[in-house]
Amino acid sequence: MSTLLEVEHLKVRFRSMGALRALMRRVKDPYIDAVCDVSFRIGRGETLGLVGESGSGKSTIARALMGLIPSHGGSMRFDGTELRGLSQRAYKPVRRDMAMMFQDPVGSLSPRLTVRSLITEPFRIHGVRDRDMDAETRRLLEMVGLPAGFAQRFPHQLSGGQARRVGVARALALDPRLVIADEPTAGLDVSIQGEVMNLLAELQDRLGIGMVVITHNLNVVRHISDQMAVMYLGRFVEQGPTEEVFHRPRHPYTEVLLSANPEPDPDAKLHRVEARGDIPSLAHRPTGCEFHTRCPRARDYCREVAPALSSAAPDHTYTCHFPLEADAKERRLEA
Amino acid sequence: MTHPAAAPTRPEAPRDAAAPLLDVRHLSLDFTSPRGRIHALRDISMTVPRGRIVGVVGESGSGKSTLAYAVIRLLAENARVVGGEIVMDGRDLLTLSPREMRGIRGRRMSMIFQDPMTSLNRVMSIGQQMIDIQYRDPISKAEKRKRAVEALRRVGIPDPEDRVNGYPHQFSGGMRQRICIAMAMMVEPALLLADEPTTALDATTEVQIIGLLERLQAEIGCSILFVSHHLGTVAELCHDVVVLYAGEVVEQGSVRDIFHNPGHPYTQALLDCDPGRIKEKTRRLPTIPGVVPSLVGDQVPTGCIFKTRCPHAFDRCDHEVPPSYAVVSGEVAPDAPHTARCHLRDAAEERRP
Ligand SMILES: Nc1ncnc2c1ncn2[C@@H]1O[C@H](COP(=O)(O)OP(=O)(O)O)[C@@H](O)[C@H]1O
Ligand code: SF4
Ligand SMILES: [Mg+2]
Repeated sequence: MSTLLEVEHLKVRFRSMGALRALMRRVKDPYIDAVCDVSFRIGRGETLGLVGESGSGKSTIARALMGLIPSHGGSMRFDGTELRGLSQRAYKPVRRDMAMMFQDPVGSLSPRLTVRSLITEPFRIHGVRDRDMDAETRRLLEMVGLPAGFAQRFPHQLSGGQARRVGVARALALDPRLVIADEPTAGLDVSIQGEVMNLLAELQDRLGIGMVVITHNLNVVRHISDQMAVMYLGRFVEQGPTEEVFHRPRHPYTEVLLSANPEPDPDAKLHRVEARGDIPSLAHRPTGCEFHTRCPRARDYCREVAPALSSAAPDHTYTCHFPLEADAKERRLEA
Repeated sequence: MTHPAAAPTRPEAPRDAAAPLLDVRHLSLDFTSPRGRIHALRDISMTVPRGRIVGVVGESGSGKSTLAYAVIRLLAENARVVGGEIVMDGRDLLTLSPREMRGIRGRRMSMIFQDPMTSLNRVMSIGQQMIDIQYRDPISKAEKRKRAVEALRRVGIPDPEDRVNGYPHQFSGGMRQRICIAMAMMVEPALLLADEPTTALDATTEVQIIGLLERLQAEIGCSILFVSHHLGTVAELCHDVVVLYAGEVVEQGSVRDIFHNPGHPYTQALLDCDPGRIKEKTRRLPTIPGVVPSLVGDQVPTGCIFKTRCPHAFDRCDHEVPPSYAVVSGEVAPDAPHTARCHLRDAAEERRP
């Protein structure tokens, strides 16, 4: 499958304090690394699921890809074009081909705009004037399964599921080749969650778009993504084909996340692997393996030496000194 | 539909044959609005037995929060109770004066919320807030402070002697929820009301909080009314389950009966939709077609409330409100009565799907 997006060793830093304060406190490096050494590739029609606790850097990757914040290292090639270092002006056409779908796509926009203005706004932003907006509105509403009459509705007249559909229509207005969906189902009831996921899957099959789906809901990732990456403190700690990562996780953090997904079955065999405490602050990264402060498998060695990238299979990688064995999950289920 | 009788996954709380701690009987509640009356709760009957955790599930807007707020009497200005009673300790809470109710709140009953900041004061230290809620106790301030520290330790706040001096913003979301739980549990209430207390948290934090509630409930022996739209959490934590749909209780029973042997098509549909139950990877997830009916004025459907979306609806459903039918249990010895409001559960009805 031809590569649509290829990201290598991406790094995003944020200033942690002002220049003056840093000078006064003699802080040489007043930055925190929100995204560190992240690499992945997405082919046409493929989906990458990004999972991790809040604050792990998922949305920061999305914003860097969209050129909404600067990046500080590595490369991001979209359809062969290097995005790093592009001016805002040069970025504009990229944002036609790469669309972002925000968590609450309608709630975050003006309550005074009609659905029609909301879904045709991308045309205005990108100066596309040669199209019939009524026809486009009808086309987009039909594509996301909303009646044509919805064009005149206001955001408050939409249910949660309908609002997400409007968000999908808006993201797809200019026929992008890649869609980045940030928590597309967060806050929705399970019945509506399915609706939104089915819509995304169907449109992807039909249009062959690539997708990055950011979510903390592992059940969403499981069904929608081909590849997944698990983030912790701005790094990918495990990455591979979704089914493979679900069935044979290697990184203890992945196992923690998988087992923190209560099953809707009161008799499910509970074997919970818990991570201790809270996520450390990015300003005080732990030494050695950065997961050691919470890791159920940590030994002294982990506190001192950072693990290198290892491969379980050519496309399944992780960073851990003491990974779970290939059959750990099966054993766990039988135990 | 049977399932293998499995070993209990959690210590079973003793079921008192005597009266339940909380008994909600035929509760109906409206909200006034410019569009007319919203019949948010209609003829709700449910109980919370002593020492049990009862989960209230349903989609958003089904009335879960309204039910919890009605019990603790913290309803919005425009809420009107139009019928029924809420009995606790032999008294109908709806008849109590605001003063009597204040005496029950924070003593017999306390509440935690989705957003911990609902109950925390951002400009006051945690310690001060925890001392303040003990205003009724005739003990010294130093002793109250010591109690606060102990309560924080009990819910797993590290270095409580030190952290007790902290302010809410200095804690993570999960830690703030722990603090709220510490405050709610400090009075050793008979009933804890929890409105989606883990919904806004990360999964790893969520399971920690669930584990904490489970442990505290066992230690204190209180009852918990746990409101959630997350079926996995309810399956893990709760002993009994009440399913709400559009302001009505459609089914209730023990957690195993509800999850393994649902008696109402809505419960079945809700379970079918949960992607956590679908073991095979799929690109097409089940959904519940249609929308929740309007609850405004006379728009509430006649007959069964679920009929507009029910795949099994038949003529009777259109005009006859289904009563609570007993569901033939999948459990060998069910430890809570299992009832569903669906005509298919009428023994006289031959056309089971
Ligand atoms: N203060 C209020 N005024 C008007 N309607 C309300 C108010 N609070 C809740 N409702 C309505 O009551 C119904 C039940 O809401 P709620 O109890 O919040 O449901 P849930 O907690 O299950 O999501 C909904 O239709 C909701 O819109
Ligand atoms: S009473 Fe009828 S409409 Fe209602 S849930 Fe049962 S079969 Fe469906
Ligand atoms: Mg609610």
